[in-house]
Amino acid sequence: MSPAEYDYLRQFLKSRSGLVLSNEKQYLIESRLLPVARKAGLQSIAALVAKLKEPRETALAEAVVEAMTTNESFFYRDKTPFEHFTQMMMPELLKARASQKKIRIWCAAASTGQEPYTLAMCLKEMESKLAGWRIEILGTDISNEVLDRAKAGTYTQFEVQRGLPIQLLLKYFTQQGESWTISPQLRSMVQWKKFNLLDSFASFGQFDIVFCRNVLIYFDQATKVDILGRIAKTMAPDGYLVLGAAETVVGLTDAFKPAPDRRGLYVPATAATAQPAPRFSALAGAARV
Amino acid sequence: MKTCLVVDDSSVIRKVARRILEDLSFTILEAEDGQQALEKCQETMPDAILLDWNMPVMDGLEFLAQLRKLDGGDTPKVVFCTTENDVGHIARAIRAGANEYIMKPFDREIVEAKFQEVGLL
Repeated sequence: MSPAEYDYLRQFLKSRSGLVLSNEKQYLIESRLLPVARKAGLQSIAALVAKLKEPRETALAEAVVEAMTTNESFFYRDKTPFEHFTQMMMPELLKARASQKKIRIWCAAASTGQEPYTLAMCLKEMESKLAGWRIEILGTDISNEVLDRAKAGTYTQFEVQRGLPIQLLLKYFTQQGESWTISPQLRSMVQWKKFNLLDSFASFGQFDIVFCRNVLIYFDQATKVDILGRIAKTMAPDGYLVLGAAETVVGLTDAFKPAPDRRGLYVPATAATAQPAPRFSALAGAARV
Repeated sequence: MKTCLVVDDSSVIRKVARRILEDLSFTILEAEDGQQALEKCQETMPDAILLDWNMPVMDGLEFLAQLRKLDGGDTPKVVFCTTENDVGHIARAIRAGANEYIMKPFDREIVEAKFQEVGLL
């Protein structure tokens, strides 16, 4: 691929999905996009680039964006976020929302569904405390392909053995040969939506908990700042943001601050002042997903 | 250093498991069947046992039942590692006192995840 074609693809991906590629990722482009090109009947990356430049090539553009996303995920990934969830976030919110009895959770890069389903399992394990409550989990991802897998809730023997305790496998999954499908009850606890983090969050309403793990790492500084700022606006002032183990808000935004002694957990900076925070009234009436 | 007893009648599996577990800083003991494993445990109780199901002389499930009756036999974390991958087998193993369960084929990541799960790492 020529330098001009590489630059075109970098620019294309940056504007479509926020993905930032360094100077030497030609191999990644080739390994991920040659199959996409061939599927579209094109013989080379050059032909793919030429086709992308044509107006209204939306299906191909989407396939290119999807092929370049990284979708690795596993159940209970990093463990601690889910300990924070059951030991701190949920107990605090159960107190704070005692009158509304409603909690809304957003997994902003849900991939093949392991993270939202892990949260669903955590909630199921504490279900005695949740009688009469409405807990929403929204899982979004930029890729239709991974969302289809997430919706199906079917995983390979390899996938269910990374992080998922055996008792929970027995309890919440049924087996067909070497694949395992999560129970319909847990599947019904999660709603799925294809969504690009570069787009407006306005239709989402307000969330109490946002998991946004291992996706900001693919973006440049300005995009990270923008997304974190917009997440802050879509969150309850006493809500929680969870980032990936290698991610932080420090040095990026003042909208969040680290929760004391809780690695990877952040709270809106407004919570510090303990003032009645804005209720985002414009969003309060927005459609609930 | 923690010790792990690897119980499998296949020398290839024992070798693969040894390599993975030594990288995770375990001292490895080996046994070819349940009977040998039980004798090793009577000498010194290991911290962990990676246990095959189908073996000659004494199978994994029977070994586990015997182990849990021994003095101090409730302390080792037992992780089954077997081609038996159906719900029935898994449930029987857990009822018999297994702490975790690996369905073969396995790799480094799965062993590591399961050993973390039972608090050995």
